Amino acid sequence: MRDISLHLLDLMENSLRAGATHVECDMRLSEEGRLDICLRDDGCGMDPELQQSVLSPFGTTRTTRKVGLGIPLTAANAEKTGGALHIHSVPGQGTTLNVHFNTRHMDCLPLGDVAQTLWTLVITHPLSPEFTLTMASPQGESRFSTEEIRSVLGAEIPLNEPEVSAYLRDLLVEQAQTIFGGLLL
Amino acid sequence: MKTLQELEAIRQRTLERISLRKEDKEEAVRVVIGMATCGIAAGARPVLNAFMEEIERRHLRNVTVAQTGCIGMCRLEPMVDVYTPDGQKVTYVLVNPEKVRMIVADHIVNGHPVTEYTIGAADKQD
Repeated sequence: MRDISLHLLDLMENSLRAGATHVECDMRLSEEGRLDICLRDDGCGMDPELQQSVLSPFGTTRTTRKVGLGIPLTAANAEKTGGALHIHSVPGQGTTLNVHFNTRHMDCLPLGDVAQTLWTLVITHPLSPEFTLTMASPQGESRFSTEEIRSVLGAEIPLNEPEVSAYLRDLLVEQAQTIFGGLLL
Repeated sequence: MKTLQELEAIRQRTLERISLRKEDKEEAVRVVIGMATCGIAAGARPVLNAFMEEIERRHLRNVTVAQTGCIGMCRLEPMVDVYTPDGQKVTYVLVNPEKVRMIVADHIVNGHPVTEYTIGAADKQD
């Protein structure tokens, strides 16, 4: 993967495949350049055995092939910066992934386009699940929630309607710029 | 700054448009993009965005874009399936944003699949 935002897209795809109805992404950048990302879903969860196996490149739930690289690649890129990836999961309740990157480390990937990651997920899943993105840095904090947007739009308008999707894209870009602009973007 | 008032106005306009669209029964084209780890690493996200941009630019109201997982041919990612109302499906491989513009113009708008980008053409090269 070329940047952190692509890893996030990849990991959130796992949540969708786990049948989540709420997918949350919380990103916090500290004064010292430590980026903490918490991905939380209410999907099917994993038992301890599966949690171990997804950390290995040779573990996957797929049947079309024998490797699963999403989580191991993210973990490797986090560890290169002195960071780490942790999984906490309860079967039937959901999964939480905590990843931390030290963005000032010379091996740290660029952040990439977080707005585009979220937008891609939202417009290809216009009716459900609900997505939440919280971004925080010394420059401030922002919150994007499809549930809140739907409460204004009403349930009958899917989020991939052209005018809605353009609004969402501009909103996400604006938020990402405000929070991470000049720091990571 | 994006405001909720703006969203409220969009809601009004979109509701009108949806009710109009229900009356003309134009059949839909479906674009499905592979978005597993392999697809994303190969550049599926810019491909998806290029489709959305083209659809917006050309005001194509009958095209939906969806995503799928890995189908096991990771070396040919990004892969895109285009389903047309006549029941045909065409699979494009090694897609990039430039190819997307061709696919939208030739295939989706004018109904002629771009043969050189299809999985059949990639197969012959091997």
